Amino acid sequence: MGMTLTQKILARHAGRKGVAPGELILAKVDLALGNDVTSPIAIRAFRSLAAAAVFDRGRIALVPDHFAPNKDIKSAEQVKMMREFAKEFGIANYFEVGRMGIEHVLLPDEGLVVPGDLVIGADSHTCTYGALCAFSTGVGSTDLAAAMFSGEVWLKVPETLRIVLSGRPAKWVEGKDVILHIIGEIGVDGALYRAMEYAGDGISHLSMAWRFTMANMAIEAGAKNGIFPFDAATKAYADGRAKRKVEVVTADPDARYADEISVDLSALEPVVAFPHLPENTRRLSQVGNVPIDQVVVGSCTNGRIEDLRSAAAVIRGRKVHDGVRMLIFPATQEIYLQAMREGLMEAFVTAGAAFSTPTCGPCLGGHMGILAAGERAISTTNRNFVGRMGHPESEVYLSNPAVAAASAVLGRIGGPDELG
Amino acid sequence: MSSDSMELRGKAWKYGDDVDTDVIIPARYLNTSDPAELARHCMEDIDASFASKVAPGDIIVAGKNFGCGSSREHAPIAIKASGASAVIARSFARIFYRNAFNMGLPIFEAPDAVDEIEAGDRLAVDMERGSLRNETKGREYRFTPIPPFMRELVAAGGLLNYIAVRKKGA
Ligand code: SF4
Repeated sequence: MGMTLTQKILARHAGRKGVAPGELILAKVDLALGNDVTSPIAIRAFRSLAAAAVFDRGRIALVPDHFAPNKDIKSAEQVKMMREFAKEFGIANYFEVGRMGIEHVLLPDEGLVVPGDLVIGADSHTCTYGALCAFSTGVGSTDLAAAMFSGEVWLKVPETLRIVLSGRPAKWVEGKDVILHIIGEIGVDGALYRAMEYAGDGISHLSMAWRFTMANMAIEAGAKNGIFPFDAATKAYADGRAKRKVEVVTADPDARYADEISVDLSALEPVVAFPHLPENTRRLSQVGNVPIDQVVVGSCTNGRIEDLRSAAAVIRGRKVHDGVRMLIFPATQEIYLQAMREGLMEAFVTAGAAFSTPTCGPCLGGHMGILAAGERAISTTNRNFVGRMGHPESEVYLSNPAVAAASAVLGRIGGPDELG
Repeated sequence: MSSDSMELRGKAWKYGDDVDTDVIIPARYLNTSDPAELARHCMEDIDASFASKVAPGDIIVAGKNFGCGSSREHAPIAIKASGASAVIARSFARIFYRNAFNMGLPIFEAPDAVDEIEAGDRLAVDMERGSLRNETKGREYRFTPIPPFMRELVAAGGLLNYIAVRKKGA
C-alpha cells in the first residue's frame, strides 16, 4: 500500500519498508531540540542516567529563547544550566544571546534541519519544519532526555489529512491567512493525532516563509505535524544552507489519506482570529470596530524577513497611532541584521515602533510587552488563549504582519487598504 | 511482570469523555513530584473515592480525549502510583499518550470495549496479543498489540529506565 509523506519519512527512520497509521515505531532522530523552559527538566533526567556522553554532539540543539535575554534570576539559572550542560557534553549547537534566535526560525535557517529529516523538540511548535518536507513534532522533556541519550524516539504513526490548495492568493493574503482559515474550518482539534499534508498547485504560490507559518500552526489544529511536498522552492531554500545531506521524499500516488479538504486560495481574504482560540476566525471585512492597545510583529510564526518586509511596506512613511504600542521582534540575529541593511528597522523606528533583539518574549506573556487587564493586542503569533500575553482579562487577536501593521496605524483592527 | 507475558488484571473504574489533566491530578498538588503524594489526590475532583479504593491492577476506562490539557508528566505518574495498571479509552490526547508510556503506564485505545464495560467489571488485558477480556460479561475485544519495544518500556518502568537498560545490554 502506498505511503504519505509522513509515513515515508517515519519508515525510513525506523529502518522499515513501510509503516501504517496506528503503528508504534522506534525511529532515529536527526536532531533533538530543547529550549530554556524544557531543557532544564530534560537535563536533570539525562543526568539521572549517569551517561558519559550524548548520542551525537552535533545532533542536539539547545536554544535559550523563551526568557532570554534572561528576564529574571530564575530564567538566568535555567539558561546557565543549559550553557554548562552544552559545555560539559560538547554540544556545538548551543546558541548564546547575540548569536541566537527563536528556535523554530533559527534551526532551519542555520541548515540544522534539512528536507527528509525526522526532528523532535521539547516544544509544541517543533512542527514548523514540515515546511521543508521534514517530519517534526513536539514531545515532552523526558522524550528529549531519552533522545539525547539514545538518538531515538518512539512514535505512533499518524493518519494523514490531505489539504489540497488551488488558486493564487489575492493581495494582502499571506500564509498566515491560509492556516487561520483552515483552523477556522476544521477547529482546534480538527486534525488531532493526524499529519496535515499539503498538496495541489496552489503551493507554488506559497513562499517558504509562508509555508513555515502554516506548518508552525499545525499544532493549533491538534495535529502531530504539518508537511509540504518538496519542490523548487524547498530546494532553493536548502541549497547553500543544509549542513547535512538532503533526502527528497515524495508521497506515493496511491497513498491512503484519512480525509481530504480543499482550499481555493484565490477566494480568501485576510483572516483575524478573535479571542480566545485560533479557530474563532473572521474575515477582515467582518471584524467591525475593535480598538487596540498593542501590536506585536514577530515570533516563530511570523518573525521572518519576509514578514518584516510585509509589515514595513505598510508602515513606511506612516505613524503608529497615538494610543498604540507597536513592538517588532525579528526572529534571529541574521534577520535583525538583514532588516537593518534593508532599512526596515529605520522604517519601524521612524514610525514610532520599538524594535527588539530576538526573543519569544511577548508571544507567551514572558517579558517585554505584557498586557494589563482589559488591554487588547493584535499579534502575528500563533496562540490567543486566555492570558497568553499577560493578564487573564487581556485579549489577543491573531493576524498576518500586513494587517497587524495597518492596525498599528489605524489604532483599531483593519487592513492596509484602509490607509489610503 | 515480565515483558513476555504481560497480562494486566483488575476491576474497571469507568469515566466519561475529556478527562483532563487537572482532573487526573489537580494543579494545587503540583508543588510535589512525589508519586505517593500525587497518588493520594488522583482523580479527586471527579471521584473522591478512587484514590482510597483503587486496588493494585485495577484499570481506568474512559471515553474520548483522555488526558487533554497540560503536558504535565505528573498525570500518568499519579495514575501509576495509585496502583492502577492501565488506562483504556476511546482516544487519548497526544501528549498524555506519550507521557503515559514514558512513565511506564500502559494505555490502550479500544472504542467498542469502552462502550460496553461497566464500572466494577473484571478485566484482563494481554498486551502482547492485543486482547481485552471482560470476564464479568464474558466478552473479548482486540486492539492493536503493543510492539515489543513498548512492552519492554512498560516492563522497565518507563522510558529512562528502558534506555538505560538497553544501552547497558548493547
Ligand atoms: S515564539 Fe512563541 S510559539 Fe514560538 S517558540 Fe517562542 S513562545 Fe513558542
